[in-house]
Amino acid sequence: MAENIEEKVTKIVAEQFEVPVEKVTLSSLFMDDLKADSLSVVELVLAIEEAFGLEIPDEDAEKIKTVGDVVNYVKARAK
Amino acid sequence: MPRRVAVTGVGLVTPVGVGNEETWQALLAGVSGIGPITRFDAIKFTTRFAGEVKGFDPTRWISARDARASMSDPFVQYAMAAGTMAMEDSGLVVDGELAERTGCFVGSGMGGLGTIEATHLALQAKGPRHAISPFFVTQIIVNLAAGQLSIKYNAKGPCYSQVSACSSGAHAVGDAFRLIRHGEADAMICGGSEAVVTPLGVGGFAAMHALSTRNDAPSEACRPFDRDRDGFVLAEGAGILVLEEMELAKKRGARIHAEIEGYSATADAHHITAPAVEGEGAQRCMRKALADARLDPTAIDYVNAHGTSTRMNDPAETLVIKKVFGDHARRLMVGSTKSMTGHLLGAAGGVEAAFCVLALARGQIPPTINYTTPDPECDLDYVPNQAREVRIRHAISNSFGFGGTNACLVFGRGDS
Repeated sequence: MAENIEEKVTKIVAEQFEVPVEKVTLSSLFMDDLKADSLSVVELVLAIEEAFGLEIPDEDAEKIKTVGDVVNYVKARAK
Repeated sequence: MPRRVAVTGVGLVTPVGVGNEETWQALLAGVSGIGPITRFDAIKFTTRFAGEVKGFDPTRWISARDARASMSDPFVQYAMAAGTMAMEDSGLVVDGELAERTGCFVGSGMGGLGTIEATHLALQAKGPRHAISPFFVTQIIVNLAAGQLSIKYNAKGPCYSQVSACSSGAHAVGDAFRLIRHGEADAMICGGSEAVVTPLGVGGFAAMHALSTRNDAPSEACRPFDRDRDGFVLAEGAGILVLEEMELAKKRGARIHAEIEGYSATADAHHITAPAVEGEGAQRCMRKALADARLDPTAIDYVNAHGTSTRMNDPAETLVIKKVFGDHARRLMVGSTKSMTGHLLGAAGGVEAAFCVLALARGQIPPTINYTTPDPECDLDYVPNQAREVRIRHAISNSFGFGGTNACLVFGRGDS
């Protein structure tokens, strides 16, 4: 399951930011490393919500800056 | 000696073709771009046809990601496609000091109407959090066609959008011409873009009884100046031009397609949709544009008419032309390319400016198709049904919009 979450998040991030999957690592910073803008990050959070059936409050979303952050967040919340 | 303004590039996305050559050859062949609406189910609408752009793949010009997110509305996609074509046609590279001397004016009547409609429907179904894209605002606002082109081409001069209904594109080109002539800019990417073949777009104009309802023969529905015309035909697309200061264009060895020589903008101050008595505002606009070009009316050979195919416009515009040109009106070729493209609203002025440029550069005049039965009130040479090979000296393009707003552009060959 853990591996699946990581794969799924990596795939969503790669699609959302239009970068090759192999460029996306757990430590990739969305804005610095993957050249995403703030609007794209908002869109990513919504895509993660839909993919995992979560609601991510804004105060949590603001702390999510890397792929690893997303994976950890989803692992902690996913049932 | 005032600065002169060369047209060095054009780009066209229209219902008769995606690209300059495809569009121009279709016009010369008298092909109609009008057909049944495919964008949405129009079964309940009184008008069920339009001029849709066909075979358009936005990823030829922008990334798949941008086509899905920040540039998802077709009005921005058409502008990006036509703008890219125009820049490639011109060969202009915007760098160094030229960046701050290059601007973008792209007009649109309504911007991202389709995205507004779709988002509103989703909002009803899914609620705000998952219905409204963070890109929504920047997808729909009118100035983003100009904004996205400025970003793509590093154009750091004036950047905004003229919004004047069906004259938006002409005002954008005219204002861009003035900026260069008056020394505020050296190059401008300018024109118009529109994409409102949507339920509210079609429904809105249908509610005004402005649209043709010839549902049994869509390709014959747009028949400007013909007695049996019954309204305009809604269409979509974009027409973008690259303008450059003449001496700078020559110095870099650019191909000069044509020259913009004059421009005027006026208002009727009369009624929201009906033209003023004897088309006073339009007459004044044509006269002022000719004066701005320092041309005698007899120097004009071709009028690209507003020619919408509505009961009201065509005789009114015919009268305007007679008043402005006097006896010379009988010698003019007065064509309506809308007979083939339909009415591209805010993009019409940009597209038709490009048509005037190609007519001058190539010595070819597109026809007014579907002209079969003369109307006693419309008695000029409308270039009926057959294109002509004729070298012309100067052309004028008319665009008139709801709200009583008018724009006229005067073009020359730019070879003297």
